[in-house]
Amino acid sequence: MSDSNFKRFVEVGRVVLLKAGPSAGKIAVIAEIIDHNRAIIDGPLTEVPRQSFPYRHLTLTPLSLTKLPRAAGTGVIRKHLEKEGTIAKWENSSWAKNRAAIEKRRSLNDFERFGVMLAKKARRDVVRKAVAKAGKA
Amino acid sequence: MARSRQLAPGVGRFSRSQSAARRGLYKGLKKSDKPAPAETPAHKEVTVGGEKNGSTRLVPTSKAPRFYPAEDVRQPKKSRKSPKPTKLRSSIVPGSVLILLAGRFRGKRVVFLKQLDSGLLLVTGPYKINGVPLRRVNQAYVIATSTKVDLEGFKADSKINDAYFAKTATKGSSSAEAEFFEDGKPKAKEPFPESKSADQKEVDKAIVAAVQKQDNLAKYLKASFGLSKGQFPHQMVF
Repeated sequence: MSDSNFKRFVEVGRVVLLKAGPSAGKIAVIAEIIDHNRAIIDGPLTEVPRQSFPYRHLTLTPLSLTKLPRAAGTGVIRKHLEKEGTIAKWENSSWAKNRAAIEKRRSLNDFERFGVMLAKKARRDVVRKAVAKAGKA
Repeated sequence: MARSRQLAPGVGRFSRSQSAARRGLYKGLKKSDKPAPAETPAHKEVTVGGEKNGSTRLVPTSKAPRFYPAEDVRQPKKSRKSPKPTKLRSSIVPGSVLILLAGRFRGKRVVFLKQLDSGLLLVTGPYKINGVPLRRVNQAYVIATSTKVDLEGFKADSKINDAYFAKTATKGSSSAEAEFFEDGKPKAKEPFPESKSADQKEVDKAIVAAVQKQDNLAKYLKASFGLSKGQFPHQMVF
């Protein structure tokens, strides 16, 4: 494996981000690989029910549970997730933060978008002045 | 058969039991009698001149028509439908900020005051903030936002109704020349009626005071709405 360029693999314990279905946007863990199209995933801490899921509707994340045995049940997966603090690791990743920010921007109403515009203008003004000052000195 | 539209001569749209259900006799027959129409005699006596005409003559009270249509034509059925009053969109309540989409103030954000009897919405800029006067708009040409101006205690004057916005009837000028020119010079512009500008100020005073209570709201109303790259109105929250 050391001569491979790939870093993320479809493996038992791999944390995946779901891209479709009712749980889209949530993360889950691969519990068992069914075949080259589907795996059994489970997300006891993210309200993802245990189900078979096609790979083309999920994205592999850099996170994985290191010591998860094959075909572990929901309870075991929950224990491993809690022990390794995987959910917190995911939420602290810039990927998850970026997704949350995009989600937040989309849910803003017209007036709040206007507020964002004003805040960005104010920030630009501060930066521009600071840069101009630094350039002179 | 009256309720049962004929599909083919003698074949109705509904069965006997269906049309009986439509007649609604199960609800009971009407008990009250109509007042009997005053009876008028079929003929009346009129006096006629001329010696040989026997001085009086019986004449039918209602004259028979001179022509009788050769072809029987069905009387069109009177429509019993009447237009329903316009329903106000549930997202629009007094104080809502609306985005105008059509007309000369398109793109402006305005404050909704009330719905008029015609179903049109009464809005104001307020004029002091963004130059939109008291104005009627159709709710179809408006985006309702979830932003609200607190209009607690504000009551739009009842004199501001549909008639308030009607054009005053003026007699048409005799010629196109007279319409625009006076003594060879362009006609002076008619001033905006003072009473209307007073009404505008009256309304604005309350609205502007409410707007000022919220940060950035006046700025927001002053700015006009537009879409930038990557923004699609059906995917946006307002």
